[in-house]
Amino acid sequence: MFEAPLLAAAGLIIIGLFAVLFKTNLIKIAIGVTLIESGVNLFLITTGYRKGAVAPIYTLAPEGQQMVLPTPQALTLTAIVIGFATTALLLSLAVALYKHHGTLDARKIRRLRG
Amino acid sequence: MNGLFQHAPVLPVVIPLLAAFATPLVAKLGKTVRRTWVTTALVGTFAAVCLLLWRVLDSGIQVYVLGGKSSTLVLPSGMAFPVRILFEVDAISAFMAFSGSLVAVAVGLYSIHFLRESSALEKHDVLLLLLVAGMLGMELTGDAFNFFVFLEVASVASFALIAYQRKRPESIEAAFKYMVISTVGALFVLLAVGFLYGRYDALNFAALASWMELTTADKLALVLLVASLAMKSGAVPMHMWVPDAYGEAPASVTALLVSVSQASLYGLFRVVFTLYGLEMNVLVVGWIIIALGLLSMFVGVTMALRQHDIKRLMAYHAVSQSGYMFLGLGVGLAVLGDPVAFGAYGMKAMEGGIFHIINHAMYKGLLFLTAGAIFLRTGTEDLNEMGGLGHKMTFTTVCFIIGAAAISGLPPFNGFASKLLIYESVYLFNPILAIIAMVVSILTLASFVKVFQSAFLGPKPEGPQPIREVPVFMQVGMGVLAVVVVLFGLFPGAVLDYLVHPAAQALVNRAGYIVQVIGGGM
Repeated sequence: MFEAPLLAAAGLIIIGLFAVLFKTNLIKIAIGVTLIESGVNLFLITTGYRKGAVAPIYTLAPEGQQMVLPTPQALTLTAIVIGFATTALLLSLAVALYKHHGTLDARKIRRLRG
Repeated sequence: MNGLFQHAPVLPVVIPLLAAFATPLVAKLGKTVRRTWVTTALVGTFAAVCLLLWRVLDSGIQVYVLGGKSSTLVLPSGMAFPVRILFEVDAISAFMAFSGSLVAVAVGLYSIHFLRESSALEKHDVLLLLLVAGMLGMELTGDAFNFFVFLEVASVASFALIAYQRKRPESIEAAFKYMVISTVGALFVLLAVGFLYGRYDALNFAALASWMELTTADKLALVLLVASLAMKSGAVPMHMWVPDAYGEAPASVTALLVSVSQASLYGLFRVVFTLYGLEMNVLVVGWIIIALGLLSMFVGVTMALRQHDIKRLMAYHAVSQSGYMFLGLGVGLAVLGDPVAFGAYGMKAMEGGIFHIINHAMYKGLLFLTAGAIFLRTGTEDLNEMGGLGHKMTFTTVCFIIGAAAISGLPPFNGFASKLLIYESVYLFNPILAIIAMVVSILTLASFVKVFQSAFLGPKPEGPQPIREVPVFMQVGMGVLAVVVVLFGLFPGAVLDYLVHPAAQALVNRAGYIVQVIGGGM
C-alpha cells in the first residue's frame, strides 16, 4: 500500500488544521501546529520512499540493492529541527501568556482587536 | 579582491549570520564594543549587497554553488549524488536585498539609542542580525527548500522580536498569534516544496522551472505557495496578524519587519514569474493577484482611518500600500502572454510595482521610526493623548512630513513617482482599477493629515515629562531613510534606469534565469 503513508500525512495535516482553527486552548493550538508539521514531514519522507529499498548509507548498501532517496531525509531532518525551535518558542509564549493572564483560554486573552 | 568578487552572492548572508552568533561573546567586552560590532556588521552587509548589485548589473546573473561543484559530480567512491545548494542572484534579488539591507542599516543606527533603556540588548542584537540574514537569504537563494529554511530563520527571529517587550501581555499575544499563522503558512510552503520535489526530484528554482508541466500536483503547489506567501506579505484577507505584530513590536523592529514581509512578496513573485511563468494561465493568476491587491488597498486604508494607535494605523497603511505592489505586478503578470499589451503597459506596471517596493520599504520604515521617536518622548502610542510635538521635536516632525507626503503620493517624494507609474499603466489595463488606486491614495493622505494634526500640531504639551528632540543616533537612522526618500523622489529617472528596470526585466526573463543553471552545465 503505497498510498497509506500519504493518507496518514493528509490525515495528520487535517487534524492539525482543525485543532488550530477551532481549539481555544493555547496548548492545544500548539499541538495542532506540531501535528501539521508531522504530517508535512511524513509526506516529505514518503516522496523518497522506494519499495524494498534500504537506508541510504552508501558504504553499507548491499550489492545490487536499491536505496531510498537521501535528499528527503536530509530535508525532513532540517524541518524537524526548525519545528523543534518553533514549538519551543510557541510553548514558551504560551507560558508567558499564562503568567500574565492566569488562563490559557484564547477567548479570555484577546486584547488586540480592530 | 578576486576572491571577494567570487563570493559576493553569499557574503550578504554570511556576514550577519556569523556576526549574530558572535554577538553574545562580543557583548562581554562592553556596551560600546557591542554597538560598534553590530553597526559594523550591518554596514558590512549593506556594502556586500552593493558589491553584489554592482556585479549583477555589470555582468548578469550570479550563480554561487555551495557544495558539489557540478550536478553530475561522481565521488571517488563511485557515488553519483552531489549534495549542493545554489544561490542564484539576478537583478530583482539584488534589488530586494539592496532595499532590505539599507533599511537594516538605518534600523541598526536607530536602535542604538532607541532601546537603550531595555534589558537583554545583546539578545535583541542577535535576533536583529538573524532577521537580516534570513531576509537576505530568502532573496538571494535559488533553491526552494533553502527558501523555506531562510523563511523560518527570519520568522523565528521576528516572533521573538515582536515579543521583545515581554512585560506587555499584548506583545506576547501578538507574537503568539503571528507565530501560529506564520508557522502554518511556512509548513504549507514546505508541503508545496515536497509536491514539487516528489514530481521532479529537484529543488532548484531554475531546474523546477525548466521541467514545469503543470500537473495537478504542481497546481496544488502553486495554490499553497501563493496563499501562504501572500499571507506572509500581509495581503487582505490574510492580514489580521499585521496590525498586531507591527503595532506591538518595538518601532525599530517594525521598520525592518516591513522589509522582511517584502521578502515573502519577492518569493511570491519569484514563484509566479520564474517557477511557473507562462506555463500556467497567467491571466487567471494575474487577476487573483490583482484582486488581492485591490482588497488590501481598500480594506487596509479603511481600517486605518478608524485607528487611534499610531503604530496600528501605520500597520494598516502598510497592508494598504502592499496592495499597490500586488496591483502593479499582477497587471504585469496578467498580460505576460500578450506581447503587444505587455509592451504598451505591462512592463510599466511591473516597474511601478517594483519601484513601489523599495519606496515603501524606505518611507514606511521612516514613518515607523518617527512613531518610535514619538513613543520614546511621550510614552504613549495613542494619538488622542499626543499633541504639540512639533514645537520641540523639529527633526522628527520634518521626517514625519517627508514620510507622510511620500506615502500619500505627493510630489516630489518617491511615492509619487511609483504611484504615477502604476496609475498610468493600470489605467490602460482597466480604468476602474486605477481609479480605486487613486481613491485609496487620497484616503491615505486624509489619514496622515489626521495623524499630523493630532500628534504634532496644537499647543505645547504640558505632560509630566519634558518633550525634547530624540538622541543623535535615532536622528541619523531617520535621516538616512528621509534622504533616500527625497533623493528617489527627485531623481526617479536614474533609479528607474539603474535599479528598477533591470529588476523588472530579470523577473520577466524566465529563460535567462533557467539557462544560467541548466544550460551552463551547473
